[in-house]
Amino acid sequence: MRRPSLRVLSIATIAAFCVSLSLVFFYAPIEAEEGFLQKIFYLHVPLAIVTLCGFVIGGLCAIAHLRTRDQRWDLRSYVAIHMSLIFGVAVLITGSIWARGSWGHWWVWSEPTLVSFLIIMLLYATYQPLRFAIEDPERQARYASVFAITAGAFVPMNFLAVRLSASYLHPRVLGSSSNLPAPMALTFLVSLAAVALLFATLCTYELAAKRTRILLKARSRILGYQS
Amino acid sequence: MSAPGKTSPHAAMSQDVHARPGRSAHAPTGTAKVVRALLRKELLVELRTLESIPGMSLFAVTTFVVFHFALNQDTVSGQEAAGILWVTLLFAAMLGVNRLFVADADQGGFDGFLLAPVDRTALLIAKAIALLAYLLVLELIAVPAFGLLLLGPPLGQALPGLLAPLALGDIGVAAIGTLVAALAVRTRARDLLGPLLALPLLVPIVIGCARASAPLFYATRVGGDGNPPLRWLGTLALYDLVFGLIAYAVFDFLLED
Amino acid sequence: MTFLATTLPEHSNDGYVAAAYIVFFAIVLIYVAIMAVRLGRVERKVRDLSAQEREKERETV
Repeated sequence: MRRPSLRVLSIATIAAFCVSLSLVFFYAPIEAEEGFLQKIFYLHVPLAIVTLCGFVIGGLCAIAHLRTRDQRWDLRSYVAIHMSLIFGVAVLITGSIWARGSWGHWWVWSEPTLVSFLIIMLLYATYQPLRFAIEDPERQARYASVFAITAGAFVPMNFLAVRLSASYLHPRVLGSSSNLPAPMALTFLVSLAAVALLFATLCTYELAAKRTRILLKARSRILGYQS
Repeated sequence: MSAPGKTSPHAAMSQDVHARPGRSAHAPTGTAKVVRALLRKELLVELRTLESIPGMSLFAVTTFVVFHFALNQDTVSGQEAAGILWVTLLFAAMLGVNRLFVADADQGGFDGFLLAPVDRTALLIAKAIALLAYLLVLELIAVPAFGLLLLGPPLGQALPGLLAPLALGDIGVAAIGTLVAALAVRTRARDLLGPLLALPLLVPIVIGCARASAPLFYATRVGGDGNPPLRWLGTLALYDLVFGLIAYAVFDFLLED
Repeated sequence: MTFLATTLPEHSNDGYVAAAYIVFFAIVLIYVAIMAVRLGRVERKVRDLSAQEREKERETV
């Protein structure tokens, strides 16, 4: 797999965000029920989708790692999950702000997506403590992969369970993303592309930084042996 | 904690698995036999040392007392009762999960098992069944205690409907608890990491069980026929199946060294 | 969801939308800043390493 150029990705991300933000604020119509507040939808929902995909990708890379024992897959799994954790914090904060503006409370239990996210984030928050509690690097990678696979399978099941448990009496606070009129759908897709590109760019950045540090450590160790 | 001078029951009994007289050393023992042998060992050790079950049961009963004072109520009913019961059972289960692999990790039981030419998932199955057994005994003590101490409506009318959520919930906790216990036991902060990993994974089970049993805890029948709603039982069964399969698939990788 | 292009946006909600976008970009910028600091550290280590290598070569010569 050819490594995508960081420069190309960065430029694509910036371009996508410029287009996306222009569409959000100058093209997409104002929604009747929620008004201007609805604009958060174009940020919050793409972040959520990309974050969830990131966790699942982390699980898939973990499967590859356990099958091939290639440490590079473990690195990709780690970076994907790490980045999804950061994006997940953004999801929770933007969701909370949206709930506050729309419903008056900083947290609402009746929004299944937000609740699912809280549970998933609580689970993945244990990923790094788990890794750092194991000293042997090979075992650390293996155990982390087992965790990533289990947690990755948990993500869809959790969504199902929480959605089922949400009371059907409460109206959905943050609105659904289906049945969008065309201009909104276009804006949404462009925003989704922009956030996805940002995720890919930051992951590539992080992977490059980690590889460099690994090479550096190897070189300095060799040097240490020689002297 | 083994007595000085004696071999620990775990390490000694692991020899049972592959030192059978008259058996060829090269023929792998059937998985069912291995599971049975391991399970026998687990239950015998638990009966002798009584490490998990009394602790879990005592914890549950004490928690009910704490709830009485925390809520300042004599009785609870409905969804509140279901919630208190399931949360207490869950946290008591965490105690059992924490102790599940500790003896193996500390006393070399893993090494003895790994040397045997057997399917390693047999350990998963045996430990999960053992945990399931502990949970069943826990519930034999905790559920009547709950009916005695906190539950408003009579327990007898709720009991038949309660069996299905209890069973499905136990299976789920056993599967996920065993996997998480194996994951956490050889890390530095094992007592902390176990519950932290297990609780989010068990949230859907709590949802299913609590919602399924809530209608059972009303004094007068609130709609329905006293059976827990099928939707929740279906979700529980599906969840148990998925995570049972996942645990089965990944467990091997935890035991490699 | 229906939409009316002529609805005026509410005053109070501008703040929330701005807050959400600002928080998002702040998170991204903080991440980039942390990476930049790490990069500085890596560059320093590379310089030290190169200096060590040059010294070794001088010794063996």
